[in-house]
Amino acid sequence: MSQSHAIVAGLLNVVLGLAFLMITAALLTWVERRLLGFFQDRPGPNRVGPFGVLQVAADGIKLLFKQDWIPPFADAGVFVLAPAISMITVMLAMAIIPATPLIGIIGDLNVGLLFFLAMSGLSVYSAVLAGWASNNKYSLLGGMRAAAQMVSYEVFMGLSLVGVVMLAGSFNLTDIVRSQRHMWYVVPQFLGFIVFFLGGIAETHRLPFDLPEGESELGAGFHTEYSGMKFGMFFVGEYIGIMLISAMTTVLFLGGWYGPVLPPFMWFGIKTGLLICFFILLRAALPRPRYDQLMALGWKLLLPLTLLNILVTGALMLGLPGPA
Amino acid sequence: MLSSLRTLWYTFLHLFQRNVTVQYPEQMPYLAPRYRGRIVLTRDPDGEERCVSCNLCAVACPADCISLQKSESEGRWYPEFFRINFSRCIFCGFCEEACPTYAIQLTPDFEMSEYVRQNLVYEKEDLLISGTGKYPEYNFYRVSGLAVPGKDKGEAEHERAPIDIRSLLP
Repeated sequence: MSQSHAIVAGLLNVVLGLAFLMITAALLTWVERRLLGFFQDRPGPNRVGPFGVLQVAADGIKLLFKQDWIPPFADAGVFVLAPAISMITVMLAMAIIPATPLIGIIGDLNVGLLFFLAMSGLSVYSAVLAGWASNNKYSLLGGMRAAAQMVSYEVFMGLSLVGVVMLAGSFNLTDIVRSQRHMWYVVPQFLGFIVFFLGGIAETHRLPFDLPEGESELGAGFHTEYSGMKFGMFFVGEYIGIMLISAMTTVLFLGGWYGPVLPPFMWFGIKTGLLICFFILLRAALPRPRYDQLMALGWKLLLPLTLLNILVTGALMLGLPGPA
Repeated sequence: MLSSLRTLWYTFLHLFQRNVTVQYPEQMPYLAPRYRGRIVLTRDPDGEERCVSCNLCAVACPADCISLQKSESEGRWYPEFFRINFSRCIFCGFCEEACPTYAIQLTPDFEMSEYVRQNLVYEKEDLLISGTGKYPEYNFYRVSGLAVPGKDKGEAEHERAPIDIRSLLP
């Protein structure tokens, strides 16, 4: 009896959590457009519903009723699979985020960090397969860029987290947050923080690192051929990806739910929300780098920096008495 | 790197600046008095049509959207029909410049959308207004040397009597 109760409660948790994610991701599209508007001295979408919130519903209805078209020259099976991968991987990765010790789907996973890295590694497939299955030059170029960009930034992202793991002594995200009770890791791991965030932008292929999409050069890149709800899935995947990177940065470097006065879940929400707004600010402010500049930044600057970070962290942990 | 951060900061500051958007249906934009919008046909101060159907507007029109037919009554020319196809009009104002009688004028009004394209073809009764538009005093027949019923040659404003070409006297 109690076991079935636990199963029902667990399922409810998963369903509600994912529903919350979807709704937030949909709302994020509106938030992003409004904020971009403000950054550009214009109001943004403010017509549908109060402050334009129902723009989300309007867009959703539009996407649902669009023709769901699979090009005749495309590899149909893979073509359908790619957007699903995009959404599933980020949602699975999102499941391990502990918003507070109590709120979260599987926040207490003992290999949480590795699971996150694995899932963001898998999410590369969505872009690559979409670009390949579309059987279209621009899409293929987009997919190729996605492969190179995301695989290489994966490296620095993983390495930048080694310092955190060394300090916390755990892969469990809840434990990592707990070990930041007295000092957020953004202070001792500032380099790691910067590299992780840059890697996160590249991983979600958001501007300024949106080369796989590159609207002005590739015409939407890997998802050129997608329409209707399949395009919507890429979109939702991208926005959940933003939330994922923001939440991960909060958990790993900004002390998760710790903060004065306000209840823990609000602190988590505030930190994540501000990071999401920063993502949008980046989109509003910065131009896209050239492809070789992106790769050069990664391999010639970020990789040495992360390695140096690991070296210094390790040396200090060995040199200083007691846990750092 | 530093310039990127500066860009970020300047963009962020735009959050606190006023929107430049004019929320159109609720808030009307300011239209200059010489704004080139909907075309009207004006009347002279006596309430008569100014248009003398000289066809100069139709000739000047680069989009070929004006069509009219001359008719005559009591020595004056009138347009039998006068038709402007606003789905073609580019609001360049050349017709207004070409018009010798200030009949055709552009107004600061642009709200003329239609669901049916055919409704954008305006006939003379749609174009004619009751007023004089931008030139309240002007009446073509009163200043021109043309003889019309009720006004012979030499009787127009600022006009001298015609010279008697058969006389030798200065």
